[in-house]
Amino acid sequence: MQQQRRNCVAALAFLARARRVRHSTRKRNRVKKWLKILSARSYQQELLLSFQRLGLLHIHSCPLGRHSEITCNVQMDAVVELRRVTKRFPQHVAVDDVSLAIPRGALFALIGPSGCGKTTALRLIAGFEQPNAGEVLLNGAPIGHLRPYERNVTTVFQNYALFPHLTARQNIEFGLRRRGASNIDAAVKKVLDLVRLAGKENRHPNQMSGGERQRVALARALVLEPELLLLDEPLSALDPKLRKQVRAELKALQRRVCITFLLVTHDQEEALSMSDQIAVMNRGRIEQTGSPEDIYLRPATRFVASFLGAVNWMESFGVRPETTRISTDSPNRERPSFPATVRSSTFLGNCIHVEAALDSGHTVVAEIPRDDFRLQAGQRVHVWWEPSDEMHLPREPA
Amino acid sequence: MNRLRLWCLAPSASLLALLFLIPMGIVAVYSLMTRGPYGGVYAPFTLENYARLVDPLYLTILWRSFLYAVISTAICLALGFPLALFISRSGNRKNFYLAMVIVPFWTSFLVRTYAWMFLLRDTGLINTALAATGIISEPLTLLYTPFAVIVGLVYGYLPFMVLPIYATLERMDRSLVEAAADLGARPLDTLLRVIVPLSAPGIRAGSAIVFIACFGAYLTPDLLGGGKTIMIGNLVQNQFTAARDWPFGAALSLVLTGVMMLLLVPMIRSRKEGLL
Repeated sequence: MQQQRRNCVAALAFLARARRVRHSTRKRNRVKKWLKILSARSYQQELLLSFQRLGLLHIHSCPLGRHSEITCNVQMDAVVELRRVTKRFPQHVAVDDVSLAIPRGALFALIGPSGCGKTTALRLIAGFEQPNAGEVLLNGAPIGHLRPYERNVTTVFQNYALFPHLTARQNIEFGLRRRGASNIDAAVKKVLDLVRLAGKENRHPNQMSGGERQRVALARALVLEPELLLLDEPLSALDPKLRKQVRAELKALQRRVCITFLLVTHDQEEALSMSDQIAVMNRGRIEQTGSPEDIYLRPATRFVASFLGAVNWMESFGVRPETTRISTDSPNRERPSFPATVRSSTFLGNCIHVEAALDSGHTVVAEIPRDDFRLQAGQRVHVWWEPSDEMHLPREPA
Repeated sequence: MNRLRLWCLAPSASLLALLFLIPMGIVAVYSLMTRGPYGGVYAPFTLENYARLVDPLYLTILWRSFLYAVISTAICLALGFPLALFISRSGNRKNFYLAMVIVPFWTSFLVRTYAWMFLLRDTGLINTALAATGIISEPLTLLYTPFAVIVGLVYGYLPFMVLPIYATLERMDRSLVEAAADLGARPLDTLLRVIVPLSAPGIRAGSAIVFIACFGAYLTPDLLGGGKTIMIGNLVQNQFTAARDWPFGAALSLVLTGVMMLLLVPMIRSRKEGLL
């Protein structure tokens, strides 16, 4: 019995591995057949679960909707890893010796200014681009040689890239049909409920609103239960009001389906509010990876600090406007304060935006509570901050 | 603005009325009259010219013209679609390849058709080359065959298939192709389920143009098909010249136009987007 089990495990591991490399239904069916051969049902389930945990097997009946009560935890292991990946284009180096690990179950954001290489990094993972050097690994196995249709990674495109000649339902079925999936109707129904599109499945993309189109794009990618979902600026095509709402929805959706999301965006607020982990890219390189708190409060470089929010830079450190304080009289405490002149004071609704020139020559910006007082341009004030709010970062070589 | 719009229409509309509708009207009237001994038309008015059309001889020619047009259109599509796809994916060499497609128009169609005669005849380039390499001992009969006619038609009208298809492919969002691959579609699947359906307007437009041109072709079958009246265009020409039967020629022309409209109107109507 022991021997038989071990054989089964070996066979399953082999088949599951083969299945991962090529999305072949035939092989998946063979896996299922093997599972049927195993008589003990509990043992079968245990095996299934362990395979899933190992990322070796993706069973079609698993994540979508079913496990909504289970909270999705970020795992220690990486779904996707870039190892010293470089991608050169004729004119420039888009991705320059980048190493990156995306933890299983996480909502991971890759952020940076436009042209920093973040979209190229995404395209390398999806398989639309081939790296010039380095390796892309999916579940620990190199996938550099696999075409996009051979990778169990799906993408929500920036413009959604919905097939205009197909209805929402046909768009969602597209991937399932290519994989020869069974139970297409059930899978589509589940995912339609998940993205709240039930009843609209027979419309064509041009008959839908931007938000609806985005949800079709999400459903189309999620229904394949990918190892990793890539989202390329998914909110940029939505109007600003909708954007904030969709952020929260997307985050909740990720937790429910328990699929790793890689979000590419240039919007730091979006990244901060949604992600478990953030990598900041600049000029083809990753400057810092960490939790939103880490990178906002403890940026590794001046670029990261400035990219995530405004900073008042002094010689050897920087202070964020929201931690910069202004008093009309000397704070008279142990902390240092700097005499300054108010340049302008702007009412922003939730706070007051004050620009002041220190006597030392620096200009600082402070966001102060609305109910404090109203400052006048030209008024003499004292600028100060808690020493713990100083971000000590060396100046970068130009 | 609306007035400007009408003024934009005026030149082409008046030209069409003058040079197309009025002659069509004249042809329609001729088709109802009686032939004169040396050409021309005379009273009385009659429907006899249309009655003669059901003669199996003429129906055969009509059918053959239709068949040649369908075959030529199919070959043009089979050659033109891949070519258009190739050009649309040629990056910065696109314009060069497009120019190559259009270059033949720099020379008169007549001259180019004569060139084909030199290629295809018994002592032509193809037969000479095949004989020289010892592949054949007797020259192949290429010229004055249906084969020659179809080669000539395909050659002459291929650009009219390539250009509209290219236009739709060029307009197609490239990310759709990536999306298909992303969702697991192999290249052939992507071609059949995304690229071809989305270029349908171009395929329809190209096919309609090529079919119309081939169905009514006169020069190509005349030169490459030999002296025989092979296609309906030759038959019409023959009625106005050698046969001196203008009314019957006029009736044939109208029937040709009518058949084309019957075949193409449903095709054009079924489209969801503009032709190009």
